[in-house]
Amino acid sequence: MIRKLVAAALGTALGVSALAAGTAQAADPQFIPSLVYRTGPYAPNGIPLANGFADYFAMLNARDGGIGGVPLLVEECDTAYNNDRGVECYERLKNKGPTGAAVFNPYSTGITYALIERATADKIPIVSMGYGRADASDGRVFPYVFTLPATYWAQADAMVTYIAGEEGGFDELAGKTIALVYHDSAYGKEPIATLEALAERHDFTFETFPVAHPGLEQRSTWLTIGRRLRPDWVLMWGWGVMNSTAIKEAAAVGYPMDRFIGVWWSGAEQDVQPAGADAVGYKSGTFHGAGADFPVHRDIFTYVYDRGQGATERELVGEVLYNRAMINAVLVSEAIRTAQAVYGERPLTGEEVRWGLENLNLTQEKIDDLGLAGLLSPIGLSCADHEGGGQLRIQQWDGEKWSFVSDWIEPNRDGFLRTMYEGSAAQYAAEKGIAPRDCAN
Amino acid sequence: MSAFFIDPFVDIFSYPAFFLEVLIGGLLAGVMYSLVALGFVLIFKASGVFNFAQGAMVLFAALTLVGLIDLGAPVWLAIVATIAVMVTLAMSIEKVVLRPLVNQPAIILFMATIGISYFLDGFGQTIWGSEIKTLEVGIPKSPLMVGEVLISRFDLFAGLTAGVLVAVLAIFFQKTRVGRALRAVADDHQAAMSVGIPLRTIWVIVWSVAGIVALVAGIMWGSKLGVQFSIVLVALKALPVLILGGFTSIPGAIVGGLIIGSGEKVAEVFWGPALGGAIEDWFGYMLAMLFLLFRPQGLFGEKIIERV
Repeated sequence: MIRKLVAAALGTALGVSALAAGTAQAADPQFIPSLVYRTGPYAPNGIPLANGFADYFAMLNARDGGIGGVPLLVEECDTAYNNDRGVECYERLKNKGPTGAAVFNPYSTGITYALIERATADKIPIVSMGYGRADASDGRVFPYVFTLPATYWAQADAMVTYIAGEEGGFDELAGKTIALVYHDSAYGKEPIATLEALAERHDFTFETFPVAHPGLEQRSTWLTIGRRLRPDWVLMWGWGVMNSTAIKEAAAVGYPMDRFIGVWWSGAEQDVQPAGADAVGYKSGTFHGAGADFPVHRDIFTYVYDRGQGATERELVGEVLYNRAMINAVLVSEAIRTAQAVYGERPLTGEEVRWGLENLNLTQEKIDDLGLAGLLSPIGLSCADHEGGGQLRIQQWDGEKWSFVSDWIEPNRDGFLRTMYEGSAAQYAAEKGIAPRDCAN
Repeated sequence: MSAFFIDPFVDIFSYPAFFLEVLIGGLLAGVMYSLVALGFVLIFKASGVFNFAQGAMVLFAALTLVGLIDLGAPVWLAIVATIAVMVTLAMSIEKVVLRPLVNQPAIILFMATIGISYFLDGFGQTIWGSEIKTLEVGIPKSPLMVGEVLISRFDLFAGLTAGVLVAVLAIFFQKTRVGRALRAVADDHQAAMSVGIPLRTIWVIVWSVAGIVALVAGIMWGSKLGVQFSIVLVALKALPVLILGGFTSIPGAIVGGLIIGSGEKVAEVFWGPALGGAIEDWFGYMLAMLFLLFRPQGLFGEKIIERV
């Protein structure tokens, strides 16, 4: 309670809260900024994200003394999911620590867009894990932006692959109708080009339904979908209160939940629990598992929670968004570890961590060693490929927990998504006057 | 041009049952906006203050209610206790914020309510947390089919609730001594005080009633969306209702809600595709602005007469 009081009071009054993960040592820590939103309209989603991110670094500090003997100093800055405050947090934190910020994880597509040019100029990598610009997967044009393990375009492609599987094959998609309900923002519009291309390729009808922020009222959208259009499948790119409202409205017009699939930001406990029984059967995409039964969680309980240093309540460890941010922390940690192997076991600069990200290779064996078996698919990045080839799954809510209902799905990157990434990135490069890097050497 | 001027009307006449469904859904959604707008009207009517904190009061009331229910209180007891909390809040606001600002210009009091809003947003979440909470008070939610038309039972219940609330408030304002005193204070603080009306007591009463209306709105919106910070944003849906209905009219809040709700839903469904969709949020404001051109005081607002 005291922790909540302090965090909420600081967050509300000052818009910023700072929590040190583990013991922040005065000498030579690796500084890792944490952009969070424990306040504001998206706080219910931001809180578990912030907690998962903090707990993993706290565990590394407690268990291993950091990474390669370098303690980790994590400082939170509350953006309230607001672009202006995101930029303010970035400017405030980018030069902290002996070598400045190692990497930024904005947890917002809007903030990611706002930081791309600044971070590139400052040579600090941005890890937009499962959000941000899909075309930033082209590392030649976006040298400091990373989209691992998968982009929204990959998510859209994997969803259509799943639907094709449910319908009996891609040939069966012809004549079907797929609707997209999306947050009317840069984030929500991300999958449209991919889905339009897929509609043309597989001859299905694609209809779009924008929902104005924040999505409190969706009656007209769902009356049109449920009572008139009656599409075969509905996809959703929502966030925050929009998700649970959509699920309730879909149920109210009798749309079948098992044909309603949300993006991974529409597939957490916070999205389905407010909808109660209406949400049973609802599906979402994901690139990781849910639950706290994995070896990595055992270490978090042992080294953090058993010592009374957890960021949240014990029973909330393992929620979808907690796990997502925890995996984000794993990816950042392993990039630092990779870079330390070359640059030495000392605090690294953003540029050095960028090298670590581009050379990150999480094989299945490595994933098992990290206690993440079953949580994540293997990924490997390079100078040109900042996405890393992550695979996706579909999960379903049964009223109490999320369970996988598909195997790992490989998005159709070669010859399709990658071509789209490169085309869009080339256009961005032309607009901004960027000369793409040569990654051949 | 055809997509804007012809196709929507063809759609409406081709699918009359669907149009009726959208219209009824819009009318009932408008009632939900009216529930929030009523709180604004009460305080403006009695004190001439535009209460920026009304959305925060809705959230605070809902958070308190669901917090008490989660602590194990029966629903009825939690509602009574929340009413007591809202009355205490009204007394605190009168003592700490309003009393030192008696006779200050309305803009000063408005600025003070912005402060109250920020305080309540933070205080409520500090006490009860920022997580989404499910509020279940037994409101029916399954849809009702009347012929081919689907109607939400939840929205019907909300409409009934708003109707009862308006009737009670109308009787309170028109038929009771306190109600008359409230109207006298609204007309002129100093004149009301000179005839012996206790301004401070009146302010406590009106903020308490606005707090109770906020609780009703919080129950309805909290049951619909889950109790979470986003509830404060429903105040944005109430603003065009106020502009259209008039800041001083309780029936105006209801009629304004019905017009805004039905207007925005019909516009979104039938004209939205021609305009790229997601038009309902700004459509309400545009509709209200059009009314303002012809009736600056709103449909039912008191005519503004400034003597110079």
